Amino acid sequence: MSAAAPLLATPANVPKAKFDVVPLLLVAVLALAALPFISPSTWVTLTVAGLAMGMIVFIIASGLTLVFGLMDVLNFGHGVFIALGAFVATTVLGAMGGYMTAPNLTANLLAIFTAMLVAMALAGAVGFAFERVIVRPVYGQHLKQILITMGGMIVGEELIKAIWGPQQIPLPLPESLRGAFVFGDAAVERYRLFAVLVGSVVLAALLFTLNRTKIGLLIRAGVQDREMVESLGYRIRALFVGVFVAGSALAGLGGVLWGLYQQSVIPQIGAQVNVLIFIVIIIGGLGSTLGCLVGALLVGLLANYTGFLLPKVALFSNIALMVAVLLWRPQGLYPVTSR
Amino acid sequence: MNKLSRLLSHDLPRSRALAVVLAVIAVGLLVAPFVFPGAKALGVAAKIAVFILLVASYDLLLGYTGIVSFAHTMFFGLGAYGVAIASTRLGASWSAIVLGLGGALVLSLALSLLIGLFSLRVKAIFFAMITLAVAAAFQTLASQLSDLTGGEDGLSFKVPETLSPAFRPTDWLDGRLLTYYAIVLVVALSFFVLLRCVNSPFGRVLQAIRENDFRAEAIGYRTVIYRTWSNVLAAGFATLAGALLALWLRYNGPDTSLSFEIMLDILLIVVIGGMGTMYGAVVGAALFLIAQNYLQELLKLAAGAAGGVPGLALVLSPDRWLLWLGVLFIVCVYYFPSGIVGRLRLQAGGSTSRGDRQ
Repeated sequence: MSAAAPLLATPANVPKAKFDVVPLLLVAVLALAALPFISPSTWVTLTVAGLAMGMIVFIIASGLTLVFGLMDVLNFGHGVFIALGAFVATTVLGAMGGYMTAPNLTANLLAIFTAMLVAMALAGAVGFAFERVIVRPVYGQHLKQILITMGGMIVGEELIKAIWGPQQIPLPLPESLRGAFVFGDAAVERYRLFAVLVGSVVLAALLFTLNRTKIGLLIRAGVQDREMVESLGYRIRALFVGVFVAGSALAGLGGVLWGLYQQSVIPQIGAQVNVLIFIVIIIGGLGSTLGCLVGALLVGLLANYTGFLLPKVALFSNIALMVAVLLWRPQGLYPVTSR
Repeated sequence: MNKLSRLLSHDLPRSRALAVVLAVIAVGLLVAPFVFPGAKALGVAAKIAVFILLVASYDLLLGYTGIVSFAHTMFFGLGAYGVAIASTRLGASWSAIVLGLGGALVLSLALSLLIGLFSLRVKAIFFAMITLAVAAAFQTLASQLSDLTGGEDGLSFKVPETLSPAFRPTDWLDGRLLTYYAIVLVVALSFFVLLRCVNSPFGRVLQAIRENDFRAEAIGYRTVIYRTWSNVLAAGFATLAGALLALWLRYNGPDTSLSFEIMLDILLIVVIGGMGTMYGAVVGAALFLIAQNYLQELLKLAAGAAGGVPGLALVLSPDRWLLWLGVLFIVCVYYFPSGIVGRLRLQAGGSTSRGDRQ
């Protein structure tokens, strides 16, 4: 009578989705593969630099990939929020100059965290307006979306030029984050360690929100199947606006980190980073958060290794990586189902 | 009249105002060297001609096939660099130009075929992102290979004697004038070929794909193949336009043909002029370049007049003219997706694109 037995969905017999560990291993393999070519002390330095870059890129790109996954909206204007964050940082840190130059870690961190908060708040607010004015009227029309968000990017960049001027603005690191820690032979720049730390905190917060809260559950469900979530009575539109604002705020935070990483800011920063984060989310699989993390780490590590070994090739390492990944998995490392 | 209609592939302006505007632009380009004196005016006219071809080729992609590419300047740059590199290496001769253009065309077609087959299978959005990345990489490549491309400084080169300013067979004719008319002729011929393309059965399939690719596939057209063809064709004409620009300037560098700003200009022109209407390229390019070269002076005046109000002066400064274009661009995409041409046709009581009528 086994055929008649009701198939109850107890936790024991629900087939568990197999976790695909191969892309994660890829990061480790890449790091180890570089080891024989580089002396161990340099390797540590480069790996930390690569992880720092990867974490910053991840912070920026995570919002973009979620927005795409949830609402099928690809925001070509995402770079504006990065630039906004970086420029807000120049203003805030410039105003808090005393805190920046004091050789006191607490004062320095206070300045940086203030800058981050202001940048996130402003980027989030602008993101809210951006969604209202620019993105909302063109849902479901890919062609118009690309054009209109690109237009938003142009206008945003010009407004930034009008406010802060078109020239390059230096963004020096605070006193206590300059220089490097030395472990044996390996020198690790303090700021990079700081960036990895901030990135880890953001990652942990993101993972917690996505995996352990109701909102996170709804977001993940929305990425999988938007209509189903809607039919269950949840207003996915409101959710989407929230994700868009959060993604913009994260881009603003990433902009602060990126500006400090480069130690200078130009209005074109948004367009430059845009290319990088597009490559990252293509590599990761459009809409996938984990893929975005793996893609960002791969891009960061590879850029630093090749930058050391073959500086000329480094400029194309991202493209080469993208082509290689797409040849292997045409939908990206972690393809999102139903897309 | 019948012959003219055949020349335009029976895709007439269908609006008296538009016909007048087009006629003014065509006549203006033809008589520009004699009516508008000065090197700047001639330069603007030549650039208008080159951009008409460049934007029309992009319209084939964006307006007719409905795919967004950000790599169009890459092909434009390839054409310009082809002529520039061949002319510096082989000296000023016709064979250098032919060889440079030929090499650039082969490279463009191969590259566009590759990109197309690689990424056009998936979504339009995917193609847009891939082309953005590839174009960025190409730009870096061009500035890195400075032995070949002259890096950021670019390449200045000599053109064959007949086309150089020193060539003066009579007192009113010189090499510059010959170059100008050669460019106008090539652009006009190419434009008619493009017009023929989009009004052929092939063009109809492209429009079907734009409207509903799923249905087009269901009817039995291999959409990947058609999209790739459209991409390759557009790339070829962009390469030609690039070569013409290099011939006119006798110089090529990253800023003149490869920069992302030019890509934005193309997007602005095609949207403001009218997507999916070849005439939009003509009207858009003429308006845009005239504005770019002369309107900035006007903005300077406006900024001077608004000097008392600090915020207004800031956004009215001539350096910020792209801001206003960006706003215009967004407004156009929302409210006039078929641009100036579509607007004029609507006023004339017709449909905006030829496909709608049939």
